Parts: sequence; structure tokens; C-alpha cells
Amino acid sequence: MNPTDHGFNPAFNMAVIKEVFNEALERVRTPTPMRLRDLIRQIRAARTAAEERGVINKECAYIRSTFREEDSVWRCRNIAKLLYIHMLGYPAHFGQLECLKLIASPRFTDKRIGYLGAMLLLDERQDVHLLITNCLKNDLNSSTQFVVGLALCTLGAIASPEMSRDLAGEVERLMKSPNAYVRKKAALCAYRIILKVPELMEIFLPATRSLLSEKNHGVLITGVSLITEMCENSVDTLQHFKKIVPNLVRILKNLILAGYSPEHDVSGVSDPFLQVKILRLLRILGKNDVEASEAMNDILAQVATNTETTKNVGNTILYETVLSIMDIRSESGLRVLAINILGRFLLNNDKNIRYVALNTLLKTVHVDTSAVQRHRTTILECLKDPDVSIRRRALELSFALVNANNIKAMMKELLTFLEKADPEFKEMASSRIVLAAERYSPSIKWHLDTLLSVLIAAGNYIRDDVVSNVIQLMTANPSQQSYMVGQLWSALENDNSDRQPLIQIATWCIGEFGDMLLSPDSNVQISETEVIAVYHRLLTSPQNSPITKQYCLTSLTKLSTRFQHPDTHKIQELIESFGSHVQMELQQRGVEYSQLFGKYAYLRNGLLERMPALEITKPSTNTHNGSVSQDADEEESVSPAENQSNSNALLVLLGGDTGDNDIIKPPAKAPSLDTNQDLLDLLGGLDSGMDSISEKPIDLKLNNDSSIQNNNNILSMINSTPDYLAEPLPITPQTRDTTVYDKGGLRIDFSSQKAADVPNTTSINVSAHNTTATDFTEFVFQAAVPRTFQLKLLPPSGTIITADGGTVTQILRVTTPTPAPVRMRIRKLTTSLPTVFNDNLTFCGASNFSPD
Amino acid sequence: MIKAILVFNNHGKPRLIKFYQYFVEELQQQIIKETFQLVSKRDDNVCNFLEGGSLIGGSDYKLIYRHYATLYFVFCVDSSESELGILDLIQVFVETLDKCFENVCELDLIFHVDKVHYILNELVMGGMVLETNMSEILARISEQNKLEKQETGLAAARARAKPFSLLSSATGATILSEFHLKIEILLVECPFVNKSQLNLGACVYSLLSNRRITLTFKYVFYFNRSSS
Repeated sequence: MNPTDHGFNPAFNMAVIKEVFNEALERVRTPTPMRLRDLIRQIRAARTAAEERGVINKECAYIRSTFREEDSVWRCRNIAKLLYIHMLGYPAHFGQLECLKLIASPRFTDKRIGYLGAMLLLDERQDVHLLITNCLKNDLNSSTQFVVGLALCTLGAIASPEMSRDLAGEVERLMKSPNAYVRKKAALCAYRIILKVPELMEIFLPATRSLLSEKNHGVLITGVSLITEMCENSVDTLQHFKKIVPNLVRILKNLILAGYSPEHDVSGVSDPFLQVKILRLLRILGKNDVEASEAMNDILAQVATNTETTKNVGNTILYETVLSIMDIRSESGLRVLAINILGRFLLNNDKNIRYVALNTLLKTVHVDTSAVQRHRTTILECLKDPDVSIRRRALELSFALVNANNIKAMMKELLTFLEKADPEFKEMASSRIVLAAERYSPSIKWHLDTLLSVLIAAGNYIRDDVVSNVIQLMTANPSQQSYMVGQLWSALENDNSDRQPLIQIATWCIGEFGDMLLSPDSNVQISETEVIAVYHRLLTSPQNSPITKQYCLTSLTKLSTRFQHPDTHKIQELIESFGSHVQMELQQRGVEYSQLFGKYAYLRNGLLERMPALEITKPSTNTHNGSVSQDADEEESVSPAENQSNSNALLVLLGGDTGDNDIIKPPAKAPSLDTNQDLLDLLGGLDSGMDSISEKPIDLKLNNDSSIQNNNNILSMINSTPDYLAEPLPITPQTRDTTVYDKGGLRIDFSSQKAADVPNTTSINVSAHNTTATDFTEFVFQAAVPRTFQLKLLPPSGTIITADGGTVTQILRVTTPTPAPVRMRIRKLTTSLPTVFNDNLTFCGASNFSPD
Repeated sequence: MIKAILVFNNHGKPRLIKFYQYFVEELQQQIIKETFQLVSKRDDNVCNFLEGGSLIGGSDYKLIYRHYATLYFVFCVDSSESELGILDLIQVFVETLDKCFENVCELDLIFHVDKVHYILNELVMGGMVLETNMSEILARISEQNKLEKQETGLAAARARAKPFSLLSSATGATILSEFHLKIEILLVECPFVNKSQLNLGACVYSLLSNRRITLTFKYVFYFNRSSS
């Protein structure tokens, strides 16, 4: 039915028209997406984060659905919305492919938003990159400069190595394009490509050189950036570009001399950005090159003197010039000029300029210390600056300036700084002060005083190695002990912010030199009760760490022998109160030390004698008390002389490592009776407690019933071998015989011998005797030593020990890294011992030999 | 090299983020948060450089920022950039925005993120300074905007010019045929048809049935009782 045939029928037409419009309505109303503007309004109207999320999720769901429907009309708008959503931190990766579709569209509008989306949304997925490479290739050949520009910009942002390889040719062609807009973008694109794939540098070289003969500043600046990157990338290219120094100098000269040009003027300076870039390139070209430096000297001097410094831009250029002068082989006059410029910078009101001045001085301080020294007072002033960035720089610089001549004055300032410093600075500053004091201290008294000030000023931010360093220093200098112990006492008494390192050092020293503290010629006059009262406070304060309390306990025990008229009862009471402490270490200490006041009181004086002077080792920066386990700390408080690395090694050994290097099997046919389990057992019982006795050259006969089970702690040692402690056995320096094991008819004797030619090697002759009436068959002797030692087991004379006095001998060679007591753990395996030993195949014993 | 350019307001809401080095989205957001925390707690009278952010580049990088009214402009750069130079660059960027938007304010950045990106792309490319001449940047931007406008024009521009002329009278048919085109309907409001509009309806219908026009609905027809 064709209405035109029938003339005009209003009623009928009405119906049709209605239908048409309704249809239109239907089609149009549902898919009209919200405009970007409205979405942003909605998001901004959201009152809570949850509401905002709701709006965005709804919109994202909608955008996804339109992407599925291939509705091309609104794609632009949807991507724009998606980019906004992406900026707010919501996932938007599902828009990636839509961006590619937009890029492929012929319209500039679509391309523009499409490329923008690609730059922001694309991740490093290969497949998407493959797709975009083709689009980029097409657009790089477009006749519209802006389309080419967009493609270059995108390539510069997201180039992957594959893309770089595929498109390097196009980019190189565009670098020679007659259009400056395209040329500058191509130059930066080349820069990015070289970053990704350095080999591609070759093809850009010819086009790059010609960039410098440009008039357009955009092309020049990008060209200079490109050359800089190339020079930093390869030495050959650097040599190649040495030729351009005169060109650069000419460009720079033109910039300075050219009068006002409105296009490039930034507050009275002609294109500072380009000047900075050129100065930077000159620095790279002139580094370690006398000839090139020669060519630059003049222009650098000109820039340094001619630049207007009232504005930030001028200072930018000056700053860059100074850096260049310092880096190249410039004339000495020029260097003086540069340092003077920095001196002016330091006095500038602008914080930024002061910051860069400090930064630059820090870089140049190693080149020309004396010149920087002249500005010392100003630099120290900067330590008081409210700006943390400036303070940090000034602090670093101050430490670089410290030397033997100015240490006293500098340290005063630095300590003042340390007192008021933020916590973040304290650790760094305190450890560097300690280092500086160690290096340049004019006298030992000054050194100790400084350390004490650091301890007070830095509180708990002090690194742990400082504690042992101070203690070492104290023991090594008897002349200062009396003075320092007084100082430490006053510091301890006045300490009300629980500085753990200070307390540790103070208690150690007071425990060690308590008699000096109380002697009449001491610089403080106190009574013993006062001292004990302070210890009481320290030990009961909940603020003090268990380690500190361990120091206190040991110190207090020592004090009982240092005091003239010790109130032993009070001390004992205090120590015994720790016998039931929750902290295992403290409890152990409490129990053990209280023994020294009771049953074993006669041991106390001998056991708590003054420590011998410690050898001062080079401060190792990575030794932290804290990194070793608590055992080691505790141990240190008992016998700080113990070499910490040894205990470390032992701890490693104790770590349950069943690696074969911990135990050395004899070369003979050893029966492998579930070795792993055995090894674990073997290592499990080895306790670092042994260390504490190992420094005393005693031969320890193992007690049958206790040594297998107990932890070999100090207490058990005291229990089992009191007579050895009281009167150490006379030591034969060369050979000593020890019975290390005698049980069930098997006796094992050790006789050690120090090898004459190799100083740290001890030979141990092991002889096993059978006193029973039956033969021991398959007898295997095994030994383990800490990792730092080396053990060599020579083949045994046999594996069968015949009955009634049969003997098997074997030689062990132990090499220690330093002349140290030999420690080891042994066991023997036999299959024919009585059952009790078959069950207890692992025998834990230890023997201490001191070959010296 | 510039690693990232971040613009956020005093509450840490991002207004522009541009990374010149690839980071996954979560990390990007984390970087923004961390940067905001570092920058926002600084007074106005301290220097504009900041070290110690842990996320981008480690020790080799610095945050250089400027604070304008409600917005922070933060550039994350490595050691190969001059600190003071970057400060100048931020100034150029903001001045360019100011010229483009005429007294730029935070709202401009919110509602025209895409435009801000376009401007930035003319200033910095791939982490390096591309062009610092403000008038050059502005000229290029306006040329590109013109290009966009031209494209959205064509059909749309002409139809938009006089959509109501369609309603005027019986001449509607001739107008329509003259346009020979797409009648695009965005919204139909109150499709109340009275006598005066019958003619129009008829002509639309006749055109439809003659298949002389294709209908894609984009433009607004106002069927209004008062339009005679």
C-alpha cells in the first residue's frame, strides 16, 4: 500500500508517523550514553567512596556492553569516560581494543582520543602491540602532520623493542621531514627507540647531526637530547660527536647574545631549556677531554658572568654551568668562579637555590675540598634550616667536610644538630659522627666524651655496633676508665628516657670498674646503696629491653665483688627475684647468678674478675647485635671477649642444617645408618653456651649423666667441673692427652698436637680402646666442627676394635681461620656395642683444645 | 628523563596522571598515594625538591613539585634532569594551560582531562621536553581543535543550523529533499501532532516511502503546539 497513490489520508498517516517516531524514540533513547561531563558530575556528587564506586561500576558495565554491540557512534565518548575512570584508579583495560578501533578510524577526532587511550591504557601485552604497530605504520605515512604527530607521540610513549625495530626506519625518514613539527617529534621518538634497543642507534646517526643546523628551537632541543642519549650510550658515538662542540658553542653564544626574542623568552632569558640541555651535553663531551674542555672554557665563562640571576631561570642556567665547569677539565680560574657562584647560591633566599647549591657542593667536595671548606659556616647554618631536604643535604655535606683540623668545631655543631634532629636522621647522623670521631679524634678523652654525648643525644637510634665499640675503647684505655665511669654514672642517673644503648654501656662499665666509681678520687661521690637503688630501678622498669636487663644483671653480680662493703643480701635478693622471670634468658641468669651467692660463693671472685682489655677491631659496619640471636647477646654480656663471628658460625651450625659440610665422614666405608637423623641429633645438642667457657684453656671431662641431656650451659658447667674452674689444669703447650669418652668399655682418647709449620692447624690423634671382652665391629668415628673451621679426617687404622685392649687410631686435622680454641662435636658409630649404645648412637660430646 | 607527571588536588584526588615508564595500574595508584603523602605534608616555605620516595626509580629519582592554589603539579624525574629546569617547565605547563582555558582552575582540569593531555603531549614527549615555546604549543593545539571541529561538522553542522525550519510549513518537503539527508533525531519531545503538522508528517512519510532519505536519528524535532 503506497499512500502517495491514494492521496492524503490524515488518519492513516498519523498512525504511520507515530509508529516511525516511536521506533526512533526507542532506538535513540536507550543507547544514548551519558556524556562525559554528566558522568564527572555524578562522580563528584557521590558522597562516599562506595557511592562513587557504584556510579563507576554501573557506567563501566554500560560501556562494556556498548563495546560488545559494535556501536561506533559513541565509541569516542565512551573511551573519554573510560580514561577518566582510569585516572581515578579503576580498571579500564577492557577499553584497549576499542582504542585500537578508534585509531584505525579515518577521522582525526577518533584517532586523537584513540591514541590518547592507547598511551594511557595499553599494558605490555604483546598481541595488542602487534595490532597497534600496523596502525602506527599507516599513520606515520599520513599526509596530515597532526596524524603523524599523534602516531610519533604514541610510539614515543609505548614503544616496545619489537615496535622499535619495526618502525625505526619510518622514524628515521621522518627525522628528515621538511616539517619541523614532525621532525622534533621524530627526534624524541628516536631517543625512545634507542633507549629500548641501543643497537638501532646506527641508523639514526646521520640524520641526528643535521638536527643541530636547525633554526627551530623545538628541533634543536630534541636533537640535543637525542645526542646526549647517544653519547651516554656508547663511547664510539661520544668520540664521533666531539666534533660538534664548536657547533654547540655557537648555538649557545647566539642564545646569550641574541637580544629579546618574544617566542623563546622566559622571564628575560632566551630559551633557558635549550641552554640547559646544551650545557649538559657540553659537560658530557668535555669530561676528561682537554681539547674539548679548552673549546668550552670561554663560553662557560661568558654564560657564568652574563646570566641575569634575579629570576629562577637565570639561576637554572648558572647552576647547570657550574656543574659543567666542575665536570670538565676547566681552567682553575673558572673553577674558583664556579665555587663562588655556589657560595652566592648558599646565601640566596630561595630554598630551591640553596638546595641545589648544597647538592652541587656535595658533588664537588671530593674534587676541591679546600674551596668548599670556605663555605663551612654557611653549610653548618643550613643544618638549622626548617626544610628537611636542605637539612639532609647539609648534613651529608658537613660529614664530607669533617677533617682532623676542624673536628672539634664541627662536632659541636653536629652534636647540637643531633640533639634536635628528627628520628629519621638520628641513626644515620649518630653512626657517622661515631665514624668521624674515630677517624679524627684529637685525644682519647675527647673521643669518649663525644661518644657519650652521642649516646645521650641519639638515644635509642644508635646502631648496635656502637655499644661494643665504646666498650672496647673503654677497656683499651685504663687512664680514662675512672673518669668515664663517673661520667657514665651521671648520665645513667639522669637518664629518664630509657636510652637502651646508654644503659647497656653504662652498666657494663660500672660493673667492670665499679671500684673506681666508688673510690675517693672519683669525680662523683656516691654510696653503694645509691648504686644499687639505680640498678633496682633499671631492672624493674618495664621500658628496658630484656637484653639491657641482662647487662644489668651481670653488672650487678660483678658489683658484688667490686664494692668494698657490698650489701650482698640486697644484691642477692634482686638477682633471685629474676629466678622466676617470664623471660627465659633472664630467668636463667637469675638462677645461675644466685648460685654464686649461695653454694658456690667461693667461685664468685674468680669468675667475676675484670675482663682483659679487648682488642680493637676495625669497625665493621654490618655487625649488629640485633641480627645475631638473643643467645649471642646474652653471651656477650657474660664474656664480651668472645669473638662474635665465632658464635655466629655456631649459630649457623645450630640452624639445623644437615648439609654434609657440617660433618665430615671418614673416608673409610662408613655405614650410613640413617645419617640425616643422626646428623640432626649431632648438631642439635651443640650449644653456644660452650663458647663462654672456651676461652679458658681447660680440659673438660664430660660428665656421663648430665652432658648428654643438658644444654651445656654455664650452670651445668659449674655443677660438673667446679675443680677445673677453681684451679685450671697446667697446660702442656705442645701435646696433651685427654679422655673424651669412657663408657661401656669404650674409651676414646684425644692427644692434640700443634703442627709446627701451619700455625692454625691442630692435629688430634684419636685412639679408641676396647676394654670389654667382646670385639667392636664396624667402629666409625665421626666429628663435626663449626663452619669456619676445616676438618680433615684421615683413614682409621681399622674398623674393628678387638676385645681386651684392642686399639684403633685415627688422625684428625682441624684448621681454624684465626688462632682460636678448637671446638668440635664427635660421635662414633658401632654396631656391636651393648644395646644402650645402639639406641643412643648419637653421642654428643665436645672437647676444647687450645693449642696455644 | 621525566618518569611521571602527576597532578592532584589538595586532597590527593588525581587530576592528571601520565607515566613515561610502564607501571601496572595498582602500582600507579600506589605511587600517586605515596607521592601525595610526601608532598602534602610539606610547608609552602620549604624547597620544591623531595627525595626518598621508594616506588619509582629508587635513589636516582626526585620529586619536583609546585603547588598552585588547590593543585599540586608533581614531576618525578631522574638525575639527568636539572631540578631548577623542571621547575621552569612546570611553570610553562601551567601558563600554557592558563592560556588555553583562560584562567585555568581545577574544574577545567576535571572536565577536560583529555585536552590537558593533548597540551601536555605537545610539551613533553616520551619523558623529554619537546617544545617550550608557548605560542607554538597553543597554535598547534588550536589547529588540531579546528581539524576536529571540521570533522564533526559536515552533515551535523548543516542540520544543526536550522532544524526548526523543517517545522515551518509545507515547504518542509522541499527542504528535506534539498538536504537529501539523514534526519537524525536525538530526542522527540511531546510528539503531539496537530493539524498544522500533518503536512510535515505527510512529507516526512512521503520521503520515507520514496526511499529518498535514509533515517538516522540525531536531531531534535520539536513538535510544539505553539509552532503554527
